Amino acid sequence: MDNPQTLADPWLLTPLPLYGHMTADDYADLGFMVGLEVHQQLLTKRKLFCRCPAGCYNSSVHHAEVLRHMRPTLSEMGEYDGTALMEFKTKKNIVYLLNNETVCTYEMDDAPPFEIDDLALDQSIAIGMLLGCNIVGEVHITRKQYLDGSIPTGFQRTAIIGTDGDIPFGHKNIHIRAVSIEEDSCREVSDKGHERVYRTDRLGMPLIETVTDPDMKTPEEARDVGQVIRHLARASGLVRTGSGAARQDVNVSVTGGTRIEIKGVSNLRAIPRLVHNEALRQRTLVGIKGELARRGITAESISDQGFDVTSCVNNTECKFITKAIKKGATVMAVPLPGFQGLLQLQTQPRTSFLKEFSDRIRVIACIDDLPNLALSTQEVPTLSSGEWDRVVRSCDVAPDVPVLVVWGRQKDVETAVREIAIRAREACEGVPQETRQALDDGTNGFERILPGADRMYPDTDLPPIPLLADRIQGIRSSLGLRPWERISRLKELAVGDDLAERLSRHRAWSLFDHLWGKPGTGNGGLTANQLASLLLDRSCPRPASKDAAGQWWQETLALIGTGAIIPEAVWLSDEVLLARLNEDEARGIFNKALENLPPGGPTEQQKKEDFAMQHLMKDLRGRVAGRTVRAWLVEVLS
Amino acid sequence: MSPNQEDFKGYRSPTLDLLQGQEAPVWSEVTLHTTGGDFSGLILPRSETADADHIVLKLITGYNIGVNHDTVQKISVFGRKVANYQIPEKEFPFDPGKPRVKLFGTGGTIASRLDYRTGAVIPAFSPGELYGSVPELADICNMETEKLYGVFSENMGPEQWIGTAKAVAEEIRKGVAGIVVGHGTDTMHHTAAALSFMLQDSPVPIVMVGSQRSSDRPSSDAAINLINSTRTAATSDIAEVMVCMFGPTSDKYGLLHRGTRVRKMHSSYRSTFRTLSDIPLGKIDDNGVTPFRSDYNKRRQDNEIKLNAVFDDRVSLVYYYPSMKPDIIDSLVGNGYQGIIIAGTGLGHVNKPLYPALDRARKAGVHIYMTVQTMWGYVQMYVYETGREIMGLGVIPAANMLPEVAYVKLGWALGQSHDPQEVERIMLTPVNSETTDREPHNGYLVLQGGIPEVDKFISSQWK
Repeated sequence: MDNPQTLADPWLLTPLPLYGHMTADDYADLGFMVGLEVHQQLLTKRKLFCRCPAGCYNSSVHHAEVLRHMRPTLSEMGEYDGTALMEFKTKKNIVYLLNNETVCTYEMDDAPPFEIDDLALDQSIAIGMLLGCNIVGEVHITRKQYLDGSIPTGFQRTAIIGTDGDIPFGHKNIHIRAVSIEEDSCREVSDKGHERVYRTDRLGMPLIETVTDPDMKTPEEARDVGQVIRHLARASGLVRTGSGAARQDVNVSVTGGTRIEIKGVSNLRAIPRLVHNEALRQRTLVGIKGELARRGITAESISDQGFDVTSCVNNTECKFITKAIKKGATVMAVPLPGFQGLLQLQTQPRTSFLKEFSDRIRVIACIDDLPNLALSTQEVPTLSSGEWDRVVRSCDVAPDVPVLVVWGRQKDVETAVREIAIRAREACEGVPQETRQALDDGTNGFERILPGADRMYPDTDLPPIPLLADRIQGIRSSLGLRPWERISRLKELAVGDDLAERLSRHRAWSLFDHLWGKPGTGNGGLTANQLASLLLDRSCPRPASKDAAGQWWQETLALIGTGAIIPEAVWLSDEVLLARLNEDEARGIFNKALENLPPGGPTEQQKKEDFAMQHLMKDLRGRVAGRTVRAWLVEVLS
Repeated sequence: MSPNQEDFKGYRSPTLDLLQGQEAPVWSEVTLHTTGGDFSGLILPRSETADADHIVLKLITGYNIGVNHDTVQKISVFGRKVANYQIPEKEFPFDPGKPRVKLFGTGGTIASRLDYRTGAVIPAFSPGELYGSVPELADICNMETEKLYGVFSENMGPEQWIGTAKAVAEEIRKGVAGIVVGHGTDTMHHTAAALSFMLQDSPVPIVMVGSQRSSDRPSSDAAINLINSTRTAATSDIAEVMVCMFGPTSDKYGLLHRGTRVRKMHSSYRSTFRTLSDIPLGKIDDNGVTPFRSDYNKRRQDNEIKLNAVFDDRVSLVYYYPSMKPDIIDSLVGNGYQGIIIAGTGLGHVNKPLYPALDRARKAGVHIYMTVQTMWGYVQMYVYETGREIMGLGVIPAANMLPEVAYVKLGWALGQSHDPQEVERIMLTPVNSETTDREPHNGYLVLQGGIPEVDKFISSQWK
């Protein structure tokens, strides 16, 4: 049996620290680093490389299906990409669901691309500039291979717009490595066995991707920087908002580990726990690497031999194996000498090292009915001890050597056996380069091998697009302030901190910017704080966007400036604004209302005032300032 | 310093001057210090069709960008890395139990790689390269390859048709289980017609194949088309010139089209090839060939084939339009053309103003044949008076021969004779279904999208 005493690394001997139980210093000790890739949909009418409408999702309807397969091809530098080869091994049938309203022959890869959407390109350049990037002189559309089928061409069309930007964050700068424009991929509907199904409505939507350096050193920083980047783009008004309009890929590494990409995290709040757990996983894998090295296990010493043990287990009472055997499954065993005591080690909460093997078998060998493997030294009941004895004997190893058993279609099981050996060899190297998927419980699972630069290929269908000086100048001169610059400006105008913070990232900013300094604002009119407060008030009947209501606001402010109306009138109606009452009229109404106060109000002075105000304002609201009425009231009541 | 063209591949002045001055040739690892900030990466060759103002840089992330030469203040060179774009060559395995298939390459994107000079894809082709990218071929046959031409489809013409026909005949006479001809798709149906006339009574399949998505794309149809065509060549009982391309757009099966009745019908769809006014010979998938008909030329064990590789290219194909002027015909005659195929309207008509020109053409000894621009159906010039008048001017109806096929056949006929009667005999005697006696009801099926039953059929059958 396993002997945990053989472990030397203290990390492996102590329970994993849960999220919330590590300090910034603890993370620093781990060498914890996080970088972000923030994807946001640009606010365009059309998709990026065809004329299909953008942002239309007819979730459940499709009119046709197309079946495709993907094959790896060479990169421009003459290499095959690792991910590409992995996906090819999975031999998936890829099915695309097509909706006539949202896709054309371009998305189904039956037509070449149309020219890039100019609006999307301008928007991405503007965001690149806001992020302080160096804008390229010529945009080169590149194909980034994705053989999982998420894009029917097998590649994503993408292009770098700018590099080397900076955004301020607290007392430091976060370096922006690059900003690119790219087409969005399909949405996965199902992935079962050898068939994966995709919906194509989102395919081809223009996205902007912002990539940071790994400058974030705590889980919370990662979340907060994500927020800053998202706010920057949202505040510019150039991106879509709402569910699914933004998502992040999060890159995590620790000392001795490697850059691991957790894909498609849509909720920023999920990031801290995810990256924390990934740090734990990497640290544990680094520990396992050290342990294997101490035991003299090397990649070369690991065999990829599997043993057919179907006959050892064909009368088993283990239900999932019986079920598979009835369907004609082959059962194979793979011994892992030297892995004693390692496979059950926790890599993340509720997750052991064994899952790394199970995930590979699920994804690459397409054996996805879970559980998809059993371990001889596992405490949970699988095969009987007699059956395990026979299995271990078939493998010709000592009884304490862990033996993995997999079952399924012959070909898939053969793939699984190879994958077990590959994953075991990778354990000798530490943390394999992977992209991983975020799971709801804050842990993550294997998605695919991390693609490298080798999957990039110039797009031969479209020529490079030179960015002429006029275009760049035009975009630069149209740029507004960044959120943090807006906050500084609002504070200079004596707008309160909270209001400034909110307005800086609200679409009402552009209206504020447009209105401030016009008649009716500043000395003798609304203060900046009042205007900000008015524009952000949810009960304000006018939409707070410049295009929809700019004219109306301008006229209204002018009326406020001349004293024809008071600011509160705006709350009451957006059609006919109540005129301001002159003092005599107001006093008359005030006195009359005062006489008609209902009897039996409170007696305490403050409450008495409030009670009276409620009644008086019914007739005066929007026509006399509340503070004036209260002043009169105080006079009368005192 | 004498500029070495290879060192600065594709770059022209003024960018070339900058790179030379800064001693930063192609494949240099550099940082470009520009007025808009620094950019670091690898200098790539420049496409010759792109402008002369930008340097192409491959960033460490694999992305390419362009940097305008006049923003560059200084270039720091710190290394060199040369790309070696090559499909991995693996020796094609030999199995004595498998049939021998010969693959002739003429060009096209069936196997291709990147061309830095033009930025486009160029054909790559050798058994080793093919095996490296489509190893499944070794399960089907022992393959040999021979590159005849390396041209795009539009550059295939009579010279290449004759050369290909001769090469195929020679190979068949040596004894081979089947022939595959890789070809660009745009004019594949012209070449298929030419080979159908030049190579008759073949003992083995002669299969033409191409790809609509170049093989440098993961979603390419090239591998499946190659596998399907090779399997057809190696195992099919149909010993004819065929085109083997996608049936539906899904990766389901290929169709085998007779070389004389096939036409490219869509500029980009995978399932672009269709048999017109008839049904295809059959379909091909991993399970082998399923014939749709039995009236095909059967495979034989001998090595005999009739080769008649001639062509007179003084032939033109005129696509008639309503306001066509007689000078179009006159200019052809004046330029020495010997044959004219007209793609006429409806049942085979042209306007009256053309009549005198047609009369002059006949008197000058020009052979004129009528086909239909409707693509499907027969020429029938008796139905309307117009037709009879045009026939009276010596224009000969070519039944349901496709216009492009008629063009190829007239060139081939004129390569053999200029005697009007002999030419007419050749033109109207079918070699292999270029004209047929009857058109089956399902020879014309252009399914109309939007009709509920059609959409239902497509979504249930072609996924």
